[in-house]
Amino acid sequence: MASSGVDRPFGLLAELTYGCPLHCPYCSNPVELASYRDELTTVEWQRVLAQARELGVLQLHLSGGEPLLRRDLAEIIRTAVELGLYTNLITSASGLTPRRAEELRAAGLDHVQISIQADEPALNDRIAGTPSFERKVAAARLVKELGWPLTLNVVLHRHNLDRIAGILALAEDLGADRIELANTQYYGWALRNRGALLPSRAQVERAEVVVRAARERLAGRMEIIYVLPDYHGRYPKPCMGGWGRRQLTVIPSGDVLPCPAAHTLPLPRANVRDHPLAWIWERSPAFQRFRGTDWMPEPCRSCERRELDFGGCRCQAFLLTGDAARTDPVCHLSPDHGIVADAVRAADDGPGPRDAPMSPRRPHATGRVGARA
Amino acid sequence: MPSTGPTQTSSRADRPRLAPHVRLTFDPARERHVLLTPESVTVLNGTAAAVLELCDGERTVADIVTVLLGRYDRVDGEDVRCLLDRLTARRWVELRRG
Ligand SMILES: C[S@@+](CC[C@H](N)C(=O)[O-])C[C@H]1O[C@@H](n2cnc3c(N)ncnc32)[C@H](O)[C@@H]1O
Ligand code: SF4
Ligand code: SF4
Repeated sequence: MASSGVDRPFGLLAELTYGCPLHCPYCSNPVELASYRDELTTVEWQRVLAQARELGVLQLHLSGGEPLLRRDLAEIIRTAVELGLYTNLITSASGLTPRRAEELRAAGLDHVQISIQADEPALNDRIAGTPSFERKVAAARLVKELGWPLTLNVVLHRHNLDRIAGILALAEDLGADRIELANTQYYGWALRNRGALLPSRAQVERAEVVVRAARERLAGRMEIIYVLPDYHGRYPKPCMGGWGRRQLTVIPSGDVLPCPAAHTLPLPRANVRDHPLAWIWERSPAFQRFRGTDWMPEPCRSCERRELDFGGCRCQAFLLTGDAARTDPVCHLSPDHGIVADAVRAADDGPGPRDAPMSPRRPHATGRVGARA
Repeated sequence: MPSTGPTQTSSRADRPRLAPHVRLTFDPARERHVLLTPESVTVLNGTAAAVLELCDGERTVADIVTVLLGRYDRVDGEDVRCLLDRLTARRWVELRRG
């Protein structure tokens, strides 16, 4: 514990930019992308990393948007490595040329996670909104050639959940050491497109059978991480391991968030340009607001799971009910659970994966109607 | 060649080393050794840190126990092997067969 009595954070998610050449309709980035154009400079990021290390951060996840769009990525990594941080790049792989990869390798980058949208080139490119499959496959091979361990990330939804077997086969073929199959979390663009993305219960059940069998078959060769779809569960996920407990996020503009989906929560802003990171972590109202269990309403307050899931995700509660201090509606004990149950029921009765309309992520929200939250 | 099956158990002649994606460092903020992987931070106790610092892919499990015996009063070879088996199962440690 730090002198303030608050736990020290382990991980920093650094969202370097919200720029991205892809258009994934499930993107968790905020819909109002234009509000985050004033990005921290190289020197500002370097200062943030030094402050984070001092605060106890050990792991740096470099993400976005597309972090490779930052020309100073290698410089930022070099600083992180000098500080003793474990560095992890989370990328769509667009821009990961052999030259760029070697530059990052030389800078000391520890680990690379490449996201793919599907195992079928046409489906991958349709979801990504741009031809990108071939480049991703080439980049994945390059990562292995350069001696990095390879993790593949796949966000799962109505359009690719039935393809898990093929996705796992592709991962095996690429020699992936790990694969993260993450069911979509409904923030940002994903929430806007929820009607088109939410899978049916039958799809979820089929997928779980495939994952279980693959885990047995590939044990010791490839690690399979499967993030359960919280809309289909009984209990919420322990978001971030608790508010202001283990992790923090710094977004492109320098605002510091306790959860990567907290952009629109009605909390006072805390920016690294105005305050030291230690003050933000230990004392800022945004981080103090939902620490511990004192803020909890019923049914969480008297629930025996309150230290296990911390009442779920504050951002999900806010996005679905307008009040960040309510029980996560994903929990079947929440008085607002009907919101989630209705969405799941609609997904069970909904159109086939191919017919559901989606709005691709764009720099400027066009207000296109179709499937909306 | 390293083999890392989860059912694998170590023998005295194996030469353990950290997997390439795993890093062992000292954290001055917590004053403890920590084991870092892409998705996890494990704060280590003194014994575990001492064992892992000796896992260089050259020393055998038996060598490691010998070094530890020179440093501490009581070292249980069985405990050392258990720790290495647990870490091998998580693919954080690789065993080069002796
Ligand atoms: C926002 S992306 C940024 C990095 C890079 N553009 C990419 O997509 O790989 C960070 C990670 O979150 C995943 N992701 C994006 N939207 C998500 C969502 N709604 N739910 C769960 N994971 C999501 C991506 O697949 C990626 O692994
Ligand atoms: S999830 Fe897709 S659209 Fe969003 S940042 Fe990553 S690649 Fe870009
Ligand atoms: S009532 Fe609250 S603490 Fe209990 S399981 Fe639901 S979300 Fe978790």
